[in-house]
Amino acid sequence: MLESIDFRSVDWSRAQFALTAIYHWLFVPLTLGLSFIVAIMESIYVRTGNPEWKRITKFWMTLFGINFAIGIATGIILEFQFGTNWSNYSWFVGDIFGAPLAIEGIMAFFLESTFIAIMFFGWNKVSKGFHLTASWLTAIGANLSALWILVANSWMQYPAGMSFNPDTVRNEMINFWEVLFSPVAVNKFLHTISSGYVTASIFVIGISAWFLLKKRNETLAKRSILIGAIFGLITSVFLTVTGDGSAYQVTQKQPMKLAAMEGLYNGRKGAGLVAFGILTPGKKTGDGKDGFLVKVEFPKLLSFLGYRNPGAFVPGIEDLLKGGFKPEFDHVNHIEKNQTVSVEEKIYRGKMAVAALGSYKEAKAINDTANIRSSLQMLRQNFPFFGYAYLNSPNSVIPNVPLTFYSFHLMVYLGLYFIILFILVLYFIYTNKLEKKRWFLWLSLWTIPLVYLATQAGWVVAEVGRQPWVIQDLMPTMAAISKIDASSVMITFWLFAAVFTILLIAEVMIMARQIKIGPNDGGTK
Amino acid sequence: MFENMSIETLQAYWWIIISLLGSLLVFLMFVQGGQTLIYTVGKSEDERKILVNSLGRKWEFTFTTLVTFGGAFFASFPLFYSTSFGGAYWVWMAILFPFIIQAVAYEFRSKPNNLLGHKTYEWFLIINGLLGTILIGAAVSTFFTGSEFSINKLSLTNLRDSAISRWQGPANGLEAVLNWRNVALGLAVFFLSRILGTLYFMNTVAEKTILTRCKKQLLINTIPFLVFFLAYVFALLIYPGFSVDPNSGTIFMESNKYFHNLIQMPYVLLIFGTGVVLVLLGIALPLFTFDKNASRGIWYSGPGTILTVFALFLLAGFNNTAYYPSTFELQSSLTIHNSSSSHNTLTAMSYVSLLVPFVIAYIWYAWKSINNKKIDSEEMRTEGHTY
Ligand code: HDD
Ligand code: HEM
Ligand code: HEM
Repeated sequence: MLESIDFRSVDWSRAQFALTAIYHWLFVPLTLGLSFIVAIMESIYVRTGNPEWKRITKFWMTLFGINFAIGIATGIILEFQFGTNWSNYSWFVGDIFGAPLAIEGIMAFFLESTFIAIMFFGWNKVSKGFHLTASWLTAIGANLSALWILVANSWMQYPAGMSFNPDTVRNEMINFWEVLFSPVAVNKFLHTISSGYVTASIFVIGISAWFLLKKRNETLAKRSILIGAIFGLITSVFLTVTGDGSAYQVTQKQPMKLAAMEGLYNGRKGAGLVAFGILTPGKKTGDGKDGFLVKVEFPKLLSFLGYRNPGAFVPGIEDLLKGGFKPEFDHVNHIEKNQTVSVEEKIYRGKMAVAALGSYKEAKAINDTANIRSSLQMLRQNFPFFGYAYLNSPNSVIPNVPLTFYSFHLMVYLGLYFIILFILVLYFIYTNKLEKKRWFLWLSLWTIPLVYLATQAGWVVAEVGRQPWVIQDLMPTMAAISKIDASSVMITFWLFAAVFTILLIAEVMIMARQIKIGPNDGGTK
Repeated sequence: MFENMSIETLQAYWWIIISLLGSLLVFLMFVQGGQTLIYTVGKSEDERKILVNSLGRKWEFTFTTLVTFGGAFFASFPLFYSTSFGGAYWVWMAILFPFIIQAVAYEFRSKPNNLLGHKTYEWFLIINGLLGTILIGAAVSTFFTGSEFSINKLSLTNLRDSAISRWQGPANGLEAVLNWRNVALGLAVFFLSRILGTLYFMNTVAEKTILTRCKKQLLINTIPFLVFFLAYVFALLIYPGFSVDPNSGTIFMESNKYFHNLIQMPYVLLIFGTGVVLVLLGIALPLFTFDKNASRGIWYSGPGTILTVFALFLLAGFNNTAYYPSTFELQSSLTIHNSSSSHNTLTAMSYVSLLVPFVIAYIWYAWKSINNKKIDSEEMRTEGHTY
């Protein structure tokens, strides 16, 4: 019988992972941010003793609770999916990847779920101070869970602190701190949580704007909008700074992703940053066409942002395929230190690494020391390209360029727009014009879907941009998969799609009704 | 401290932690058991509201324990994670789905405009209680009965077909229900969770009618529980088990293996015996003594459950036993030594495990501060946040 990888099963598993992750990420950002906003509001209540602030706190808390429940429902699937659908992956890197998931449970989820009970049920049962502490601990717990899962994700983008053990056939952790404090992890964590803060700020502003439009709950709306705008302005500036930090890390660690983000086919020194561009449809590598139909650039900015040097050479997709240039990015294996090699050669070397692993095992079985040594050496020499062995052709290292490019630019445009929005809110509040600017209030309301679009776009950049890798350079998706037939995964995909969609609709309906009911009743039916 | 321990010690330490989490989970499934009783014990809308709310303050805890159990298993014994989850795909999916719908059911149930109507959300709770307990019980039983899989790490060098772990049956795990022993443990866990559920209600709810109905349910569920549990334990002791030669790592069948384990590890026998006695004591207390003792049953049956399940896990993993046996290819069976993480990871994780007592302490403190009084219909009217 001819056994081979079932690519349909790979694709359905990818689709399922993407679907469930996208759903999870619809709820998580609001949890991350709203938990802090609620804690801030409650702090004001405790300080001033003004019952209006308690009403405000409780109103937003109700919305927080509704969102939280469905966030949890979607999270559990993601965790177990690493085992169910990415079984090979779970073994190959489980030694490193499993730890953050476990720590997340012990450190973060229990904290969150314990103190959230006090937040909701403790109003009449514990002291004000204890209740406030519980609210802050819930927020910290939520953000800690983000920390650990993002450490895990970052490690997949930039495997650090580990080494491959041919006896167990897996990567093993040698330095926990390198995993935790890798520059990719630090940036990713900060950028992602701040995107949650911005999401929640816009959510609060948008809903408050709706109250103002309807002339209801105006005190609540005005106070909330002020908190939202201040929190949003501070965090959105931080978001931009850490976004730049993320882009810098991508340039250094995943040059192919960067090339896709910028639609850069042919690299050059002093490359410009695309401010606006339309990609040439149907563009293929090597077809000689210009990558862009229309393009407006900031000269030299890409080199400057990516390498902190306006004259640096930024490799394009073609350069990365062909190799042969001196790399200026900092993450380089020992072979490419002076000159990069072509993807074709990487595939060849990857196959050598895989073959060496096989011969090592054979030699080991018969205790053939000479062969053990030589195959180990060959394995070590070529290990940085291990994952390339599984690729069919050099072109498979190119991610989906249009999706990555447009998602990236959309995210950045929206990021700048949000900053302007926060400034305008504050300006209108300051000049006492906010309630009269009805168009602006409508705009604020309709910004809510945009912020969700921006965060999702961010993940599309991060995840689509690194295809075909699950573990950068070490394991592509088709080698990570479990041995299950495509039809099983297809069925579960549709089941998840149906269940999550129904629950999402229910959530939105409940949320909308609670907003209409407003603060007086917030919390009960 | 941990870095100086041998890898074998760390593996044993982590098997103990996994066993503790697993046994804690089975105890906490009183939430699931309670969920299957909301219509039997709660005859009116108001009574059901009380029951759902009393469970609603604990469900997240069970859920989080399940998540942490999964995460800890992944981190400490990744080969189990990749083999079992990827292979017994359908069983795990069937376990996960009920937990998705459970997670929203409490929060959405009584909210206006909730699309599906509160009855549907109550059915979500019942489905979760039914499938969650039976399937988790059956899955744990495969630790003793085995599954059909093979493992070959060298598959990774086969570029066209690189899966390391392979399930050999076409049913991807669902075949487990064809083994009566798995079903028996599943049902035993199901009835046990209902017993614990009634005991929990007796402990937290202050309504007389509910107490009376709980007592009746306690009796009704104890009988099948005892039948299935005793049958399972009896079979466990007489069937052959999966033994490991400590020197070569070879796995072989040994008759009465788990009986031998009990005898050779007397402390496990002690834990097991104490556990069973406590469970029975907790059941007997409300049934045969004064009403005021009814609320104390859970304090015996709960810890009793933890001890019993803990002992079962130790039987499966210690004393040169393969805890996840393969009936397809004996040598593929997983032991705590051949499936664990590296020394480094286990060490790092062990430091994290030191947080656990601290976690338990704050949970205890937090619960005490909001649960100092039993739930009654009065509270359902005055409390700001109810499900
Ligand atoms: C409100 C949402 C939001 C907004 C306005 C921005 N981002 Fe972002 N971005 C995210 C939400 C996000 C995210 C969802 O949090 C991501 C996905 C993965 C990650 O690490 O964060 C992300 C990823 C992400 C990545 C990919 C990181 C990787 O692949 O590892 C880069 C390079 C940027 N961002 C850069 C920016 C820049 C320069 C922005 C300018 C304003 C910006 N982002 C605004
Ligand atoms: C930090 C947590 C996350 C981790 C560890 C993670 C990891 C993974 C893994 C293992 C895959 C499957 C292999 C692959 O196709 O690359 C994947 C794919 C994917 N993930 Fe993530 N992911 C995370 C968060 C997210 C989130 C929140 C989103 C939300 C939008 C997302 C979007 C995607 C998409 C769209 C794919 C499929 C890409 C494609 O197939 O082209 N990821 N991710
Ligand atoms: C593949 C990636 C991911 C996995 C496996 C995962 C897993 C989970 C699980 C199991 C839960 C339920 C926890 C409970 O029992 O209380 C959860 C909830 C949560 N997760 Fe994720 N998660 C992933 C991605 C993310 C990301 C990228 C973030 C944030 C940056 C995040 C933040 C949270 C938060 C804040 C919660 C709390 C509940 C809520 O969502 O509202 N998760 N996650």
